[in-house]
Amino acid sequence: MRNLADAGIRFYLILVLVFLYLPILVMAVLAFNKSPLYALPFEFDLVWFKALAENDRLLKAGLNSVLIALANTVIATSLGTMAAVAFGRYTFRGKTMMQALLFPPIAIPWLVIGTAMLVFFFWIGRAMGYPGIARGLHAILLGHVALSLPYVIFVVGARLNDYPKALEEAAATLGATPWQVFRRVSVPILAPGVVAAALFAFAVSFDQFVISYFLAPPGVTTLPVEIYTSIRKGFTPEINAISTIIILVSMGLMLIVARFYRFGGERSGNE
Amino acid sequence: MTPTTRTRWAILSLTGPAYLWLACTIFLPIAAMLALSFLDKSPLVPKPASFTLANYGAFFGKPFYWSLTRWSIELGLWVTLFSFLIGYPAAYALAKRVKGRWREAIFLLIVLPFWSNALVRIFSWTMVLRSNGIIDLGVQSIFPGAPTVDLLFTYPAVVIGLVHSYLPYMILTCYIALQAIDDSLIEAGRSLGASKFTTFRRVVLPLSLPGIISGAALIFVPVIGSFMEPRILGGTKGATLGMNIEEQFTVTANWPLGAALSFILLAIVLVIFGILYPFLRKQGGAA
Repeated sequence: MRNLADAGIRFYLILVLVFLYLPILVMAVLAFNKSPLYALPFEFDLVWFKALAENDRLLKAGLNSVLIALANTVIATSLGTMAAVAFGRYTFRGKTMMQALLFPPIAIPWLVIGTAMLVFFFWIGRAMGYPGIARGLHAILLGHVALSLPYVIFVVGARLNDYPKALEEAAATLGATPWQVFRRVSVPILAPGVVAAALFAFAVSFDQFVISYFLAPPGVTTLPVEIYTSIRKGFTPEINAISTIIILVSMGLMLIVARFYRFGGERSGNE
Repeated sequence: MTPTTRTRWAILSLTGPAYLWLACTIFLPIAAMLALSFLDKSPLVPKPASFTLANYGAFFGKPFYWSLTRWSIELGLWVTLFSFLIGYPAAYALAKRVKGRWREAIFLLIVLPFWSNALVRIFSWTMVLRSNGIIDLGVQSIFPGAPTVDLLFTYPAVVIGLVHSYLPYMILTCYIALQAIDDSLIEAGRSLGASKFTTFRRVVLPLSLPGIISGAALIFVPVIGSFMEPRILGGTKGATLGMNIEEQFTVTANWPLGAALSFILLAIVLVIFGILYPFLRKQGGAA
């Protein structure tokens, strides 16, 4: 009886996983199918990946996506880690309030944030005499960093909370110079959290569509925006090919994060 | 410098850049949008604009916007309900019945797609739902000659796609809440003579309620603001408030109306968080 129940539970969990992965697998398989109309039977061909290699629009959008994600990673991780250190190592007035301010960027629908940025940047641009600066890669980057900052602060903060301030104080009491405390105590404590946060930041930016969509001027796009535009014109297996590559990159990144940082805020797995 | 001034400078220089960034990209833009929602001309028009309530008047006066809002809220409720019905049993199984490496592996597999591209995952459903898609082919092979199953561009397609997108949230929050329930409480209920079902209803379900509510909030809020998912999977049918806001900014270029609609959306979100706040607090930082 017990075994039967266990088998039922496993079967149910497998069904849930099938629901989560089936469409992605179908999409990936069809990227390797020769027919431009997704017609079956399946005939293996790399024609859509070859078409992709010659599609300048998609390649340029891909390059933009990677560049923005890298810049976002550097900026959001540095600024976020600094703020997390301040929260983790000092008590001060207004701290709770400041931490509460990290929720709006996560809780407000991206549609509202994206359109609000467009309006604000446009007004700033017009006041300066250049309304054109409202949109562009720089505006997209501004938005991505804003969305990534709360995640970075939470992830690095969770790591810092696992290690009391007393560790650094002890090192200082035992005669370490401030630089030695930083180099030998703070950095090793922070490192896994910072690496996980950086990967998160990259993923947040690389996958972000809504904000980029409103801040992208005609002709300059990121990968998700370009894919959205193509989907609305009609489906081609070329979109499957690029989507398959994106899914592999994102999932690969998250598998690396999982190695550094257990989901659910437990200690990092390398100890 | 005295130590306290030094500390103050340290805090200011550590937090300043991040919060300055958030001010310029989140808080000031939201304020700008609020201001725009009370103006009568789009900033795209080079004429001076003046104060008006017409944008909110348009919303409250036209039944069209009411039905858009109702559709969006209905969509949010359906997606939240199905995510709960599918996700809660999965979370329960993971928290209480599966152990060790299996649990870790399945958990990772459930969270993994969540961090992959949302747009791509929605696109992938078109391959499954369209005529000649996987569901259609499956039905045809079992019942030859059955009518073509083409779910693409229908309301159920939008619900399926959104449940797929947000299901991991529900599993994650319910799992955290269920895992925190001490097994001895469940055993106590059983040994005191309660049936399995009664124990579940009177002990497990109430204790996991904060997890369910966090999950519901995390799903409902983005769903009522969604526009990309209903566009790709629903086509023109079942227009949502989100789709209309997108149009005001990209097609019709009526930014003040779009801003007003965005603020109504934001108001709905705030009301929901206001109602759920007492429950969310209990869950603490888990969500």
